Amino acid sequence: MHTATTAAPGAAARTGTRTTRVIGVLALATTAFVVVSAFFLTPADSVQGDSVRIMYVHVPTAWVAYLAFITTAVASGFSLARRHRTLGFDRVAGASGEVGVLFMAMTLLTGSLWGRLTWGTFWQWDPRLTTTLFLFVTYVGYLAVRRIDTDPRQRARRSAVIALLAVLEIPLVHFSVVLWRSLHQEASVLSPDGDVRLDDLMLFTLFAGVAAFTLIFAWLVIHRQRLTALADIRQTVGLDAAIALRRSETRGVVK
Amino acid sequence: MTNSVASDTTIHLSNAVVALGGFPALAGVTFGVGRGELVALRGANGTGKSTLLRLCAGLVPLTRGVAVVAGVDLLVNRVAVRPHVGLLGHRNGLYGDLTAKQNVQFVAGLVGATASDVSSALERLGIDQRVASTQASLLSAGQRRRTALAALIVRRAQLWLLDEPHAGLDAAARRELDVILRDATASGATVLYTTHEIDQVVGTPRTITLDGGCVASDVAATIGSAP
Amino acid sequence: MNVALSVARKDLQIEWRTRMVLARVVPFALLVMVLFAVALDSEPLVLRAAAGLVWLATLFSTMLVVQRAFDIETADAAIDTLLACAVHPARVFFGKALALFVQLFALVVVLVTAAMVLYGVTVSGSRVVLLVTVVISATSGLALVGTLYGAVVANMNGRDSLLPLLALPVLAPLLIGASRATEAAFGSQTIDMANGWAWVGLLGVYGIVFGAAGSAAFSPLTESDS
Repeated sequence: MHTATTAAPGAAARTGTRTTRVIGVLALATTAFVVVSAFFLTPADSVQGDSVRIMYVHVPTAWVAYLAFITTAVASGFSLARRHRTLGFDRVAGASGEVGVLFMAMTLLTGSLWGRLTWGTFWQWDPRLTTTLFLFVTYVGYLAVRRIDTDPRQRARRSAVIALLAVLEIPLVHFSVVLWRSLHQEASVLSPDGDVRLDDLMLFTLFAGVAAFTLIFAWLVIHRQRLTALADIRQTVGLDAAIALRRSETRGVVK
Repeated sequence: MTNSVASDTTIHLSNAVVALGGFPALAGVTFGVGRGELVALRGANGTGKSTLLRLCAGLVPLTRGVAVVAGVDLLVNRVAVRPHVGLLGHRNGLYGDLTAKQNVQFVAGLVGATASDVSSALERLGIDQRVASTQASLLSAGQRRRTALAALIVRRAQLWLLDEPHAGLDAAARRELDVILRDATASGATVLYTTHEIDQVVGTPRTITLDGGCVASDVAATIGSAP
Repeated sequence: MNVALSVARKDLQIEWRTRMVLARVVPFALLVMVLFAVALDSEPLVLRAAAGLVWLATLFSTMLVVQRAFDIETADAAIDTLLACAVHPARVFFGKALALFVQLFALVVVLVTAAMVLYGVTVSGSRVVLLVTVVISATSGLALVGTLYGAVVANMNGRDSLLPLLALPVLAPLLIGASRATEAAFGSQTIDMANGWAWVGLLGVYGIVFGAAGSAAFSPLTESDS
């Protein structure tokens, strides 16, 4: 549903190009197919019933969130390594991080809704869930640092370090939570492990969902990144005028 | 670019622009300073004096133009200039909770200077036993400034960049400071300091006046050895 | 003298002169321990939670000590001189981490003693060895991560609330590992000694990972532009 608003061509007038319009149209088309197929064409699961349909949103959003955070980490690495293009890579990292947090919030939301239907609780201290929650909080902190009004290069370097540390953090958090939960052998009877037998159409719909959300991700990041780039360019263009103005201060101030 | 700069030039600036958040604090500055020179930077508030010092100290990036300080091209690696340069701004870079002597000793420990280097630096700046053993945050402005200068001596900084070093000092302390600065240049250091007081410039070999982020005038005074 | 040792000595000298950790952080941490006991309001529950509470109180206190460790550097821009003199910023990182380790180690010793007195925890025999190893390895990790994230937020607006937001998720594995291993050392029924030593292994890996990360990241973190 949100895709209808994010892919609206009107809002893209300034940062859109033919490529982004193609991506936008493809995203709309695949999303439309996923909606129809997920609700009407695919069957309900024998054990989980209709709640299995949450999977068509849950799995793609999780995939996109991780893709976004990997993109952020890679862009951050380049931002630190290529000193002369720090801010360019920083823009991509920031745009991707914002979209990642959005999608990870959707992952957690859809996951806990599914958990309520399947396990009977909104939350379980399952390693994957716990790791995802810590990851989410980490990137909320990342975005908080990005919002701080300070020198853009310093902020770029510091947020790049946070993004790279987050990548280190994930395996450590995951491993420690797995180790921690393995001590509690109180495996509850009412919780199936969530594995579902997928027929061909279900699998195809799931892949279509991943494709749709990936396209939406690309569309959002490209636009967001261009928007911040435009803001930066406006500042640079202003610099020449500002230099002229600054030089004109000379007259008559000091004898 | 670096090759064209003579080895006895400590600062070489050519059309240097520094933009801070889109604002050109320096809008194209050109001048050179030789080794052992004592130079006063004059100008009203907001004319770019402090930014010029921070540029030379490698603390702000060069946006356009050329800047070579102590043989280091700031466009290539401005961090590399820092060991050669001592910048004293409105802040002295002291640990307020340590005594004056402990502060100087700490710097000495970092650069591998000896205990006698510390005591001779303290002596040169007239920091006596009582002041040396006082917590830095309790010292007067002049005493803190002198402690910071002692740390510069211990560091053996080639280029001293002092942002309004005379501010907050009484007449006697100003004269003492002038002697210290002349001493420093005599022993091979280059000193660039800012001031917005006209009378302060009297007796200084060379005065560069900034206005609107540019050099308005560059006057070699009667005494001294301007190139 | 080595740059790292100089930096560590300087930080400890400042602590010795101001007694900030001794006079404020230790009482704060003890207060947290008392408040936990009041909030849980059950002796068996407090005894069972003792290990986790010790490390939680340590984690909160670490935020205060780290904040302070970087405020003394930025208050009068002393860190600029420090970085100008130090050839390798990584040495400054390890120096500050070492000073932080010493202070946190003293704090944890006090808190473990408090757990014995207030919560009725007992440690005996070979469990003492496990406990000491856990405290050393966990405190090292805490000092390294604390120094790293202290540098991330140093001199930033709102750093006092940013530091916990950024550092606590990263410290989660350390909290889990240190709490479980300490539980084993405290003689809890749920975790045996072998498991406790496995957790020490995790803490070791954690410390090495963040030590390496911190020494690599300290240079870009402390570089200033404005």
